[in-house]
Amino acid sequence: MREVAVIGIGMTKFGELWTKSLRDIFVEAALKAVDDANVDHIDAMYVGSMTPGLFVGQEHIGALMADYLGIAPIPALRVESACASGGFALRQAFIDVASGMNDIVLAGGVEKMTDGADVTYALSTAADQEYECYHGITFPGLYAMIANLYFQRYGATRRHLAMVAVKNHKNGSLNPNAQFQSEITIDDVLNATMVADPITVMDSSPVSDGAACVIVTTIDIAKKLGKPMIKIIGSGAATDTIALHQRKDILSLDAVRVAGERAYKMAGIKPSDINFAEVHDCFTIAELCIMEELGFCDRGKAYQLVEKGETALEGKIPINPSGGLKSKGHPVGATGIAQVVEVVEQLRGTAGKRQVKNAKIGLTQNMGGSGASSVVHIFKSE
Amino acid sequence: MPSPRYTREMPQRYRLEANKCKKCGKIFFPPRLICSNCKSREFEKIKLSEEGKIVTYTTIRVAPDQFNTQVPYNVAIIELKDGVRLMAQVVDCKPEDMGIGKPVKLVFRKVQEEGAAGIICYGYKAILG
Repeated sequence: MREVAVIGIGMTKFGELWTKSLRDIFVEAALKAVDDANVDHIDAMYVGSMTPGLFVGQEHIGALMADYLGIAPIPALRVESACASGGFALRQAFIDVASGMNDIVLAGGVEKMTDGADVTYALSTAADQEYECYHGITFPGLYAMIANLYFQRYGATRRHLAMVAVKNHKNGSLNPNAQFQSEITIDDVLNATMVADPITVMDSSPVSDGAACVIVTTIDIAKKLGKPMIKIIGSGAATDTIALHQRKDILSLDAVRVAGERAYKMAGIKPSDINFAEVHDCFTIAELCIMEELGFCDRGKAYQLVEKGETALEGKIPINPSGGLKSKGHPVGATGIAQVVEVVEQLRGTAGKRQVKNAKIGLTQNMGGSGASSVVHIFKSE
Repeated sequence: MPSPRYTREMPQRYRLEANKCKKCGKIFFPPRLICSNCKSREFEKIKLSEEGKIVTYTTIRVAPDQFNTQVPYNVAIIELKDGVRLMAQVVDCKPEDMGIGKPVKLVFRKVQEEGAAGIICYGYKAILG
């Protein structure tokens, strides 16, 4: 395998971008990445997107985006793994470069969610349509079930979930690309509209438009272009049962744990070597479960880490310095790539007010459905 | 929901039909073609138990369009006496009556309607007790 480096990053602001189309936002992010990398061509492209067909009636977006980016006839295709589509697009680009198939590959992610489709229905297609959705369950509902069991087993409360949202909004307030750039209080979360008990609208990531792109290449080309050397040292992916009720343990996100283990093994490091992480906090409870699966703390202890402030920007293991999905926004297909954009900014030392001190090794964790698929990447600055 | 997609699932939704691996005994609901445990492809048809307990639950207050008229409604993951888990609405009770570990029974009910003139969709729901 050849070593792989990230040499270009770009993203749109996340939010309700009513004046811009699906293709507009993708090309905007892609051009930023191309300019940042200073490359004169792209060999291949992977576009992560969950369901442009349901959101805006457009499939076949690999070809669409290559066309509008002016790089046809390169091979380009859409990658789909629900909310983990972006992370899997990067993994395909990584495999392309590592294998020697292509030298300069663009991995992007995009979702246009505010054009009027029934978002609750569109997102629910990532769950088991016949044995979960048929009975009226929603995504907040699935995570609410995880939360209720977590409370009972470990003694956490709604207040701890609120702390996650408050911390992510604080980080997001320092991120000019975030959908919500305002701080919130614990009471704001506790008093917010209930979506599925005990999950409120303030425990939930928002409905967003947005796109993000990164360009990966070989170490030799990265050196020639004179870019800061940010290597991808680990990549891992895994799947689990599609239906939450089929899992051996409702509180075990096995796909996250296994993807993490595979990425750590490839990188030759342990969880304690990670300086900071961007994780998939689609709902506040998810951030707690993911921290445990990635080995940042013991099972049932994540909420205590949050309570002590250890996951804040200046804590022992900063989680979601970007503001996470909760505050930065969650255009589902774009999320996995936006996480990479943040990690690269941090490792380059260009994250401004959000800069994590002594950031050398960062991790991204992207997840689909109620944990049925997950992908983990580890990055190192050299 | 197109009619064939609905009628295909009737054996599961109306009669709780599952299949049991002849080699290792693992029960699958809905039935599968290959056992995820031992990879055997030999199964026998069985009917699930109608009694179980709540593993975890929630109350849905913001619903997809076709469930809008039902909010708030309870949904639970239920473990049946034969060890199989499924998801179902828990009806005829208030949100505050719900609890982890509470015993439930499966009953036959209307689940949703397909638009104004489409088919009426039935299936299992749970009641406490």
